[in-house]
Amino acid sequence: MEIGLAHYLWVAAALFTIGVFGIFVNRKNVIIILMSIELVLLSVNINLVAFSAFLHNIAGQVFAMIVLTVAAAEAAVGLAILVTYFRNRGGIAVEDINLMKG
Amino acid sequence: MLAAIAFYVLAATAIGSAFAVISVRNPVHSVLFLILTFFTSAGLFVLLGAEFLAMLLVVVYVGAVAVLFLFVVMMLDVDFVELRQGFLNYAPLGFIVAAVLLGELILVGSAASSAGGAPIAPTPGPSSVTNAQAIGRVLYTDYLLLFQLSGLILFVAMIGAIVLTLRHRPGVRRQDVGAQVGRRRTQSVELKDVRPGQGIG
Repeated sequence: MEIGLAHYLWVAAALFTIGVFGIFVNRKNVIIILMSIELVLLSVNINLVAFSAFLHNIAGQVFAMIVLTVAAAEAAVGLAILVTYFRNRGGIAVEDINLMKG
Repeated sequence: MLAAIAFYVLAATAIGSAFAVISVRNPVHSVLFLILTFFTSAGLFVLLGAEFLAMLLVVVYVGAVAVLFLFVVMMLDVDFVELRQGFLNYAPLGFIVAAVLLGELILVGSAASSAGGAPIAPTPGPSSVTNAQAIGRVLYTDYLLLFQLSGLILFVAMIGAIVLTLRHRPGVRRQDVGAQVGRRRTQSVELKDVRPGQGIG
């Protein structure tokens, strides 16, 4: 019953897949898409910390902190864009976001 | 043995609540499940011996990011039931992509483990320094540039969020400190020489 590196990688892989699945399934709801991105970043963090613990190298945990910083910044800016978009258009449906005709 | 039980409980809770995040109807419940996922992941970090990062996860994610999500979900007046309509339409495509992704991850993992690249060693034993000390020793020396750059990223994100959400409404009376300070006595007080019994009318 020894918990090895592979167990943690399994959990991270499952979380990553759930995050990507959430992005695909919730095509209309930007808030859920942002939460799915947070899940993906969390799974990356689990991977980094697991490798850091099993390879006895602290650099992985430092890198996980950087990922945490970027995730926080991304959430803040994404939600600010969301609030501004809601104020201008009165809705947050992703399918209606075609202002730039891209 | 106890660590194995804790791992399996935490892992199952994390995966189950992560799936609940993307599948429940109410986005407020979704945010609450996200908080549960972060907490259980913090538990996994503690099992791995990364206590400092676990506390950081709770503070940053649960204390800041999830509360930010909660505020935005509660502030926006959106019909969330309507936003859920396309769930079943996109589910097959999502399942295909998720299955391919999981298959690739399993393939890479099994290939790496069969090649003997990743050592299966137990978590680091008790050492002389604590986890936070070990991080601090390298964070402020070897990774000083990364540390400063992450501060810059946070600064830029803060300015960006403020610029995006700040709005000046016309017709709102604001306090103008310069006008207040620059006000002279001659502008505000007028002396009248009032004759007795006549008034100023």
